[in-house]
Amino acid sequence: MLVEAGHFALALALGLSLIQFLVPLWGARANDPVLMAVAPASALAVFACIAFAFLALTFAYLSSDFSVLNVVQNSHSAKPLIYKISGVWGNHEGSMLLWVLILALFGAIVAISRNSIPMRLQANTLAVQAAVTIAFLLFILTTSNPFTRVVPAALEGQDLNPLLQDPGLAIHPPLLYIGYVGFSISFAFACAALIDGRIDAVWARIVRPWTLGAWAFLTLGIAMGSYWAYYELGWGGWWFWDPVENASLMPWLAGTALVHSTVVMEKRDALKVWTILLAILTFSLSLLGTFLVRSGVLTSVHSFAVDPERGTFILGILILFIGGSLALFAWRAPMLKQGGLFAPVSREGALVVNNLFLATACATVFIGTLYPLALEVLTGEKISVGAPFFNFTFLPLIVPLLLLLPLGQTLAWKRGNFLGTAQRLYTVFGLSLLATIVMFAATYGGPVAAPLGVGLGLYLVLGSINEIVTRSWSKGTPLAVAWRKARGLPRSAWGTAIAHAGVGLTVIGIAATAWGVEAIGSLKIGERLKGGDYEVRLERVIPRVEANYREEAAVLTVFGSGRELGTLETTKRLYVTRGMPTTEAGILTVGLGQVYASIGDAQPDGSIGVRLYHKPLVLLIWIGSLVMAAGGALSLTDRRLRIGAPVPAKAMPPAAIPAE
Amino acid sequence: MTRKQRRLTLIGVAGCVLAVALGLVLYAMNDTIVFFNSPADIQSKSVQPGTRIRLGGLVKEGSVQRGADQQITFEVMDAEAVIKVNYKGLLPDLFREGQGVVAEGILESPSAFRADSVLAKHDENYMPREVADTLKKQGHWQGEANATPKTQ
Repeated sequence: MLVEAGHFALALALGLSLIQFLVPLWGARANDPVLMAVAPASALAVFACIAFAFLALTFAYLSSDFSVLNVVQNSHSAKPLIYKISGVWGNHEGSMLLWVLILALFGAIVAISRNSIPMRLQANTLAVQAAVTIAFLLFILTTSNPFTRVVPAALEGQDLNPLLQDPGLAIHPPLLYIGYVGFSISFAFACAALIDGRIDAVWARIVRPWTLGAWAFLTLGIAMGSYWAYYELGWGGWWFWDPVENASLMPWLAGTALVHSTVVMEKRDALKVWTILLAILTFSLSLLGTFLVRSGVLTSVHSFAVDPERGTFILGILILFIGGSLALFAWRAPMLKQGGLFAPVSREGALVVNNLFLATACATVFIGTLYPLALEVLTGEKISVGAPFFNFTFLPLIVPLLLLLPLGQTLAWKRGNFLGTAQRLYTVFGLSLLATIVMFAATYGGPVAAPLGVGLGLYLVLGSINEIVTRSWSKGTPLAVAWRKARGLPRSAWGTAIAHAGVGLTVIGIAATAWGVEAIGSLKIGERLKGGDYEVRLERVIPRVEANYREEAAVLTVFGSGRELGTLETTKRLYVTRGMPTTEAGILTVGLGQVYASIGDAQPDGSIGVRLYHKPLVLLIWIGSLVMAAGGALSLTDRRLRIGAPVPAKAMPPAAIPAE
Repeated sequence: MTRKQRRLTLIGVAGCVLAVALGLVLYAMNDTIVFFNSPADIQSKSVQPGTRIRLGGLVKEGSVQRGADQQITFEVMDAEAVIKVNYKGLLPDLFREGQGVVAEGILESPSAFRADSVLAKHDENYMPREVADTLKKQGHWQGEANATPKTQ
């Protein structure tokens, strides 16, 4: 009964979305406040309906209601509670429901922040948001209904894909979707501005927190997914340039560019048209990502669905929204008032360079991801575009960007002085160079890329610290005064510095992987395997039986420079229902590095295959991402950006004057 | 600087970055892309030894041999040809005789292949897409029927 109610609520949400789409749009056109006021009310109602549907499905999972097809296919009565909950979105239908739930949630938040957003803008924005909701609700209801019943009801479910039975993957999709879908708000605001034909710094100020929030969540979601792949797939890799990963990287790159371009628009009232285009492109890439993952055109763990009907439908949505919004852009953008131009050497100039590099890097990822698909469709030839392609094209575009980052961060607005700025960074540059040379000498004969990369990361971290120090301290300032000054800096300045330091930490972690060592061997009990400075000894193999799987766990003692550091346990599991084996890696964290081991099959002579890695500083990859997201979050709390505190356009004094 | 000069600077810089990116992409397209071949393709297209390829097919029944130090050899076959694969390392969880596999590495001779990575099915429902397509083309596809999970 509850399941039918959920189904009905979803259909009701579709009807309400139609109202949310049509009425406010008409209201904004006719300038009728009563009609425009329908937007927030209907947005809240849509959210309530979808939330109810989602809870109904969750309840079906929790109560193991095997008369619902989706539950039968993805759950099992013996599954632990957390995976019963995460199973709701661990499959195609449920994850699409989560997608629209988050979409509606964002709509509802826009609806309740009515006092801070001009009414027309809010009405148009919610209407565009509703259009997206309609498309995806139709998709769910016609091709991917999670509420389909099965007659007769099954006695037991088929269990969730074991790879997805992991705490990391329980929270990865919600984080990622909040990021993906969060960009729909920037998109809706951009379309609303185009429909209205008016855009100013207030628009940028309203949009920026949404973009920044979505960006921070997407950062966390990607980092979480990467860490999951690292420990769950058992290969020790943290990024595979898999199309599914690229599908989330592309909106992240475009979103990063958008976060920066809205700063220029907000502070200098420039780059308007580009910012609008970028907002459209970012969400388009999110849609593209959804298409790639959800239509089953890719072969990957994530493609749970291989169904041409769904693929065609999402492709239709993709074409409609990307094509529609770009057409709207082509039609209306020339009518927008152009912002001012500015000097090439200035903070805004540096941010343009940032956008240029990020957009180009995003384009290379786009080509590498879609070219194999296009080639296969056109010629039937099957190719694989893997890490070598992306390393060759992506890195040469990102490294110059990172080299320029501390400079850009230090440059003044309007008219910067390149030499003066460079002077402020002499110490930072010198220290990083020195560290690089020392590391190079210490690891002479090792990989050259590692010291260079770690040096680059260090340069970014020091550059960020330098930025805060030079803004609050100069020669002769007492420390107490400097401290007070530093604390008085706007939160957004701290947020920027912290996020950029996070980039540096991630770069250090990535570069240090080149120092990693790998060893493979067959071990009997009591035998040892050496990998670099670390060594493991196979202690025992324990068989275990758990609720929905059985496993053989190998216990390994880890030794480092002669001392015993601890033990780790790596297992080979067999999930009984699906008859599917998985490997769980064993990880021992030593400082910021990790000793990582996974086991293979038993050999005829009774030994088992063991793969051992030492990965120095590897945790910095994810710590850096957390720091980036924290920087974004801190910026969000800046007084200036707090939702509810924007200044109307009239009160914006000379910002609109170009910096001539 | 005049407005026009500023605009030209911007366009110039953008053009340079895009040109560099385009050059990198085109160069990488020639150099880093790996083609997928079935054992039959290698013979019919006469792929040169020394080429880096992805080899896909079925693991021949009874062909897997484990040597010392995780040295493994197995044979990958399709309807028309068989190729011997050498690999050092741990095999993926779902590597099985008689089932689909994709190996990436260097073709050493028309009948021998040295793999540096081996991918198998991700779960019981799924066969590497390229392998499934090849088998379908050759008429050896047995459908999903025997691959669907058993319901208790």
